[in-house]
This record gives sequence, structure tokens and C-alpha cells, in this order.
Amino acid sequence: MRGSAPAAIRDGARQSMAWLHGWTGLLLGHVLFIMCLTGTLTVFKDEIGRWMRPETTAIASPADAIVAATRWLEDNSKGSAGWYLTAPHAHQNVVQATYDSDGAYLTRALDPVSGAPVARETLGGEFFYRLHFELELPYPWGRLLASLAAMMMLIALVTGIIAHKRIFKDIFTFRPAKGQRSWLDGHNALGVLALPFHIMITFTGLLTLASINLPWGIVAGYGTDVAAMYSDLAPGSVTRAATGEKAPLAPIAPMLATAQRQFGEAPIGRVYVFNPGDTGAVVVVYPSDAKAIGYMPGEVSFDGVTGRMIKGWTENRPGVRAFQTVYGLHMARFAPDVTRWLYFLGGAMLTMAIATGMILWTVKRRERAPLSLGNRLLERINIGMLTGVPIGAAAFLIANRLLPLDMAARAEAEVSVALWSASGAVLAGLLLPSALGWPLLLGLLALACTVAALLGPIWAVEPVMLTMNLMLLAVAAALAPVILRHVRRRVAAAPVRRRAVPA
Amino acid sequence: MTVSARRHTGWRYRGNVALRTLAGSVGAYLVMALTAALLARTLPMSRVEAVAVATMIAYPVAPAVTIWAFMASGPWRALAGVAGIAGLLALGAWVAGQPA
Repeated sequence: MRGSAPAAIRDGARQSMAWLHGWTGLLLGHVLFIMCLTGTLTVFKDEIGRWMRPETTAIASPADAIVAATRWLEDNSKGSAGWYLTAPHAHQNVVQATYDSDGAYLTRALDPVSGAPVARETLGGEFFYRLHFELELPYPWGRLLASLAAMMMLIALVTGIIAHKRIFKDIFTFRPAKGQRSWLDGHNALGVLALPFHIMITFTGLLTLASINLPWGIVAGYGTDVAAMYSDLAPGSVTRAATGEKAPLAPIAPMLATAQRQFGEAPIGRVYVFNPGDTGAVVVVYPSDAKAIGYMPGEVSFDGVTGRMIKGWTENRPGVRAFQTVYGLHMARFAPDVTRWLYFLGGAMLTMAIATGMILWTVKRRERAPLSLGNRLLERINIGMLTGVPIGAAAFLIANRLLPLDMAARAEAEVSVALWSASGAVLAGLLLPSALGWPLLLGLLALACTVAALLGPIWAVEPVMLTMNLMLLAVAAALAPVILRHVRRRVAAAPVRRRAVPA
Repeated sequence: MTVSARRHTGWRYRGNVALRTLAGSVGAYLVMALTAALLARTLPMSRVEAVAVATMIAYPVAPAVTIWAFMASGPWRALAGVAGIAGLLALGAWVAGQPA
């Protein structure tokens, strides 16, 4: 082959890139589908949280809400090693708290005025956020799997570009109802139209898990002394060991006022309290990252017992800022509403590109020859996963409305409902023939979205509630013609099957 | 010669794909990791900045190596190329030494 013409080499290269695109997309495609769908929902995680806590309407300033939260935690958490609090902001009215009490790690939304957990105990949008990169697997396996999937995604994106002959033309090409051709056109349009977003979000996503998927820069620079790296990275964040001697926590409000003076424009974003109630207590205050793309633009640490400032830091080292900016691009906390809708749209397109790619794999092979056992299995798994993951998400919302408010471990029960619903759908997808599985499970998804919107309740006029109900109904409406086509095809196919037996 | 230029059956083809996959997965990660390590030790910035920037720069290296592994003219050449680059990067990082 050494002497072959350049055109032949280019075609061969294109083919091998198409091969690589297919396999890297397929291997962890279902994991990527889960990550992209939940990541897309995470863009509006605060609004989802608002929808899931309709009774909590109180609003307080970030500082007041944090003071209320710490007061409640002082009285109600036992033997904590740390409280990690996110202050309310424009999109969210509760304090998001993660803390340990009696050895159990808890995530609760705290009322901004009373500081107590809100009545309707739920993870809210945090469920989707965690699922997006932890995949309901124990640390560090979920994050490692997510990292591996993201790396596959990056390779699939780049090889997808190389495999294409006419990238620009693909944006405007769609030939409906032509089997493989249509799926390919749809897959290409979805992939190409938002390609810069897809590459950006995959690359920045990998970076958010850098300490676990690419720690070798840290190892080369710091050896095994990771603590030194973290203290260099955030010099204003002081760490101290607990002494075991009890001491009350100093009032938080003056610390927040001091921190606010350093932050200037940016409101209080997060407050971490380490070793509360111990003489080794430290309070670290971070500004909100809603005003700038860069993540964590500085911090101030206070002695938790005396209330005196230990150290303050404003981040302006270019290398660190660059890293934080890239990190912040993924988190999108800086984004105004229009930008967040664009993130949502880009994420939805990537999710659909993955789904169509997975379907295309079997559609393409079926048009050439009868499917192998592996591909028949894949076809069934596709049905269950591509419908089951969104069914689980909708079931999560329905459970939020139907489970009794005073139920023990209510937030965990919501998650169980979501996971069992998704598992049920995957099982149904495996057991049912595909001509039945698709319309049935898509129908179930449309139904679940409609029920969730009705339970909203549907007459809610508060903008966040209303928008979310409408989005749920829009998903159901968009699914309707697809389901209808499946049903029609099934009805039309029935007599044909009777005449020609082994197809 | 690229993967799909051969017939898609037989041990020759499978061996070809297996070697390229090895170079494009384990090899690509190795090259990416060593790029991060070398840059973290050599970039002219403070230690933490060098680590942060090195990590950022290193990510695109992995897909590039993977693609190259499947485009190289032969599977052994792909493997040797990856091993050679990894060796050079490792040597560079070792010579640079851990910054104080």
C-alpha cells in the first residue's frame, strides 16, 4: 500500500476514523447518554429544586440564610467534621447543606429563614447533578467511569469530524422516513450544529475531574504531598485538625460581613465550617461564582472560636485563573438565563446525538444483513436505556409529589423510585420485541411527563413552576407523533407478516 | 495501511486492531499523563500554576494519540511510536526533576 494514491489513503483513513467513531461511541454510549441527559437537566438544577419544594417560598439574603442555617446546625448536628453550605441566590431560595451528624452524611435543603430542613425532603436537582458524574456508584468508581466515558466521547467527537466529507452540508441535510439515511442525517445535524459546544463541554467536563482522572501533573509537581497542592491552589483556605476540646462557635454574621467587604460586588456564595464546636474550628467563606466565569475567585478563613480572620486571598494568578475559567465554563454558574437555555439546548442536542448514534448502529447493520445476537441484544438495551433514563427522571418528579411528607428517609425514597422505574423500563425493553417495546416505553415516558406536569400542579402560575410544567408537557407532545408512527407501522405491518412468514 | 483497508476477518486483522487499540488506549493515556508530568515540571510559572496549566494542555494529547494509532501505517509502528514518545517525555520529566 506504500505507493497508493493520496485519495485512496484519505478514504482509508476516513473509514478507519468512522470505525473508531462507531466503537468509541458504542462502548460506553449508554453511560454517556445518562451523563448527557442528567447534565442537561443539571443546567436548571436550582429551578428543578424550586419545583420540587413548592411550599418553600421564603426568601432571605445570602448572609441571613447562612446565619439561620448555622444556628440550626449548631443545635441539631452531632459530632460533625464539617458543614458545607451553599447560600441562596437568584435561582434558588434555600441553603443547600451537606454535613455529617452521628457518622451519617446528609444532604438537605435548609429553609432560608428558619434554617431547618424544608418540609418536603428531597434532593431536588442535586440528584441529577450527582448522577451526572457519580452515576450512583461508590467513590471513586463513578467518577472514574464518568471520566473514561468522557474521554471516549472526546475521541468520538474528533473522529466523527474526520470521518465526515461534507461537514457544512450536513447541517442542512435531512431526508425523513428513509431508514438509515434519516437516522444518519439526524445524527449528523445534531452533532455538527452544536459541535463547538459538544467539544467544549466534553473537554471542560474531563477537567472538572482532573484530580482523579489525570493526577500526574500533581504527582510530578508535588509528589505525594497533595495537601501542599491544595493549600497552594486556595491559599486563603486554612485547614486545622480538630483538638477534641469543645468550644462554642463564634457568631457567623460578623465573619460574613468581613468577607463581604473583601469580595466587593460578589455576594456570599459558599460557607464551609470545619470542626464546628471544637477549639480547632475554621470557617471558610467563598464569594458567589455567579458574577464571573472563573470558579472560586478567592476565599477568606476565620478562626471558628474567636471569629478573627486568619487569612484572605483574592485569586489573580493567571495560570490558576485560566484553569478556573475553563472549569467555570462547564459549571455555567456565571451564565445569565439566555446562556443557560443555550447550554440546555446544546446538552439536549448532544443527548439526542448519542441516542441517534446508538440507534444508527443497529439500523445500519440490519439493512445489510440479519442482526447478530449481540446486535439484537444491543437493540433491546437501547430501547430500555434510551426510554428508561428519562422515565426514571420523570418518576423522580412524580414521587416527589406523591410520597407522604412525613415519610422517613423521604429523599432516599424518591431516588429509589427513580432507579427502580428506570430499571423496570430497561427490563421491559429487554423482554419485549422492539416493535412493541418502543411505542410502549415511549408512551410510558410521555404519560409520566404529563402526570408530573399535572401534579405540578398544572394551574401553578409562578414562573419557574409554570415553565417546568410546560417543558414536561412539551416533551410529551414531542413524543406523541413518534409513538403514533410506531403504532401505525405496527398496524400496517401486521397483515404483511401473515403472508411472508420468515422475513 | 489502515484498519479497514484489510479484510474484516482473520487473526491478522484482529491482531492489527488489538495492537492499535492497545496503543490508542493505554498508550494514549500514558502519553497524556507524561505530557502533564513533563509540563508540570518545566512550565515557567509557580508550581501550582504549572500543574494546573499542564493538566489542561495534556487532555487533547490523548485523543490525538488515539487517532494517530489508528492512522499509522502499521500496528507495530503505532505501538513503537507511542512507546518512543512516552519514553522521551518520561526522560524529560525525570531530567527536570520535582520542583522544590
